[in-house]
Amino acid sequence: MSEIQTIELAARAAEEPTAEPKGGRFLFSSWHLVLIPIAVVMVIPLVWMVVTSLQTLEETRHYPPTLVPTSLQFRNYTDVLQQAPFARWFVNTLLVTLACVVGNLLFCSLAGYAFARIRFFGREVAFILILATLMVPFQVVIIPTFLIVRSFHLIDTLGALILPNLAGAFGIFMLRQFFRTLPVELEEAARIDGASRLGILFKIVLPLSGPALATLAVITFMWTWNDFLWPLITIYNSNNMTIQLGLATFQGAHQSNTNLLMAANVMSMLPVLLLFFFAQRYFIRGIATTGLKG
Amino acid sequence: MAVREANVRRVVTSDHVVGWAFASPAVLLIIVFGLVPIVWSALLSFQKTNLLSPPHWVGLANYRALPNDPLFEQAMVHSAIYTVLFVPFSVAGGLLTAVALNRPVRGIRIYRTAVFVPVVVSTIATVIIFLWVFDPNFGLANWLLGKVGLGPFAFFTSSNGALYSIVAMTVWGWIGFNVIVYLAALQGIPRELVEAAEIDGAGTWGIFRNVTIPLLGPVTLFLVVWSSINALQLFDEVYLATNGGPGTATYVPVFYLYKLAFQGGIAGYAAAIAYVLFAVILVLTIVQLLIGKRMVHYAP
Repeated sequence: MSEIQTIELAARAAEEPTAEPKGGRFLFSSWHLVLIPIAVVMVIPLVWMVVTSLQTLEETRHYPPTLVPTSLQFRNYTDVLQQAPFARWFVNTLLVTLACVVGNLLFCSLAGYAFARIRFFGREVAFILILATLMVPFQVVIIPTFLIVRSFHLIDTLGALILPNLAGAFGIFMLRQFFRTLPVELEEAARIDGASRLGILFKIVLPLSGPALATLAVITFMWTWNDFLWPLITIYNSNNMTIQLGLATFQGAHQSNTNLLMAANVMSMLPVLLLFFFAQRYFIRGIATTGLKG
Repeated sequence: MAVREANVRRVVTSDHVVGWAFASPAVLLIIVFGLVPIVWSALLSFQKTNLLSPPHWVGLANYRALPNDPLFEQAMVHSAIYTVLFVPFSVAGGLLTAVALNRPVRGIRIYRTAVFVPVVVSTIATVIIFLWVFDPNFGLANWLLGKVGLGPFAFFTSSNGALYSIVAMTVWGWIGFNVIVYLAALQGIPRELVEAAEIDGAGTWGIFRNVTIPLLGPVTLFLVVWSSINALQLFDEVYLATNGGPGTATYVPVFYLYKLAFQGGIAGYAAAIAYVLFAVILVLTIVQLLIGKRMVHYAP
């Protein structure tokens, strides 16, 4: 089975699960006895997080734990926003994430198209070298990457988080594979009409590549938003922190204020959760394509 | 004729120029932040440096010191235990969950979403949730385990249990990923094969054992390799949930090298650890692929 087929199947699996039975048939199946416990185990920690985020501190110190909130302390959320620069961290993360998403879409499209369609000197070697970087875990090269970024004087700036992540081997590879599945005839016709390569890419190829671009955007968004190790190493000043790093420092400072900690946690994951619910299909595609969570 | 040749040449030349113009921003970024660090990392592992003053060469001294470093040994042992537990639980668990989620039952969409959601939850958020769920005094886990007569456990704060608590937490966070990949593969199993097996009188278990599992072979191999690579790179969860502790009970290689390089100023030695880890990952991947090649049958 080709990659593209796999991705399509995955997307369909997410979008349109094995046809849900209509009407009264299969109202209850013994599979529910398996599925309910699985779903409960997966969801309960998240539910308890939300419940705890709405409790008073006294309520969180209650045993046995309460799974149904007795009061709704929405002020926990405003308290969090007052006690730590969460708004600032949000803006920072949003800036970094958007820059990386736009950078990846642009640079990986350009490079992916060149590797898919244009014959140029050194193409194969360059492509193999790019793929080679996919094999080396980031943790292995983290020290020299830090030194390189430091030599650009980017340490403790958002640039440290953006510049190294503006393009990635994953995006180039994925888009190249996708572009190669598009019919080449359209492009050839446009070339005969005198269209430039850039014009072809932006007016013909990219408009046909919506799903692939959306997948790359969503995956890049999730990676960047959730990244921790790299910000941990390159950012020191609270003003320049991303939400994950800020959350980690907040956790260090408020270990006993469980309710506030959970409120902060809920807020930190809202953007990715929203994106997930609206673009579940592209998450699934992205994961089925290579599957890179961290 | 001459005009045509000139045209051809112009087209060909312009392809080289345009090709590189398109590829160069990304290629440049990947060279600077992807390829150079690979080579530099190797050089660093032969040097003594604290990242501030100029490095000097020490040959193989960093690598020679590794076998005599009890912390390094501990980190490798913990990493091995973690990998041996994490990979089977998340891959086999992912397969069983995917099979259940592949059934046409009512509300399947809700079940799927429930299993997928943890995949998008960041490691920090996951750790904060599980520090609370595994809280020895007020946590949900001890309460539920108490109901069936187990515990109470100290989880992250116990030197015996911390590593296993990390396994449980990361399986929760990662299993949805494996489920997604398996679900995609399950959708690709031809219906005729299953129907043929049914006609031959195979039961649900027989079909699973003799049709589904063999056909999922390549996917399983991919997930085993992929989960192992990730398991060996464990860092975030250790840093945030236990900070390597209690004591050194959850030291793993990436955590140790982070400590050495960025808190201890012993970057050359840390780079040697990074390269050994890389070698371990590479060898393990190759071994898994070789074993897989014998066991996995690819569909024609």
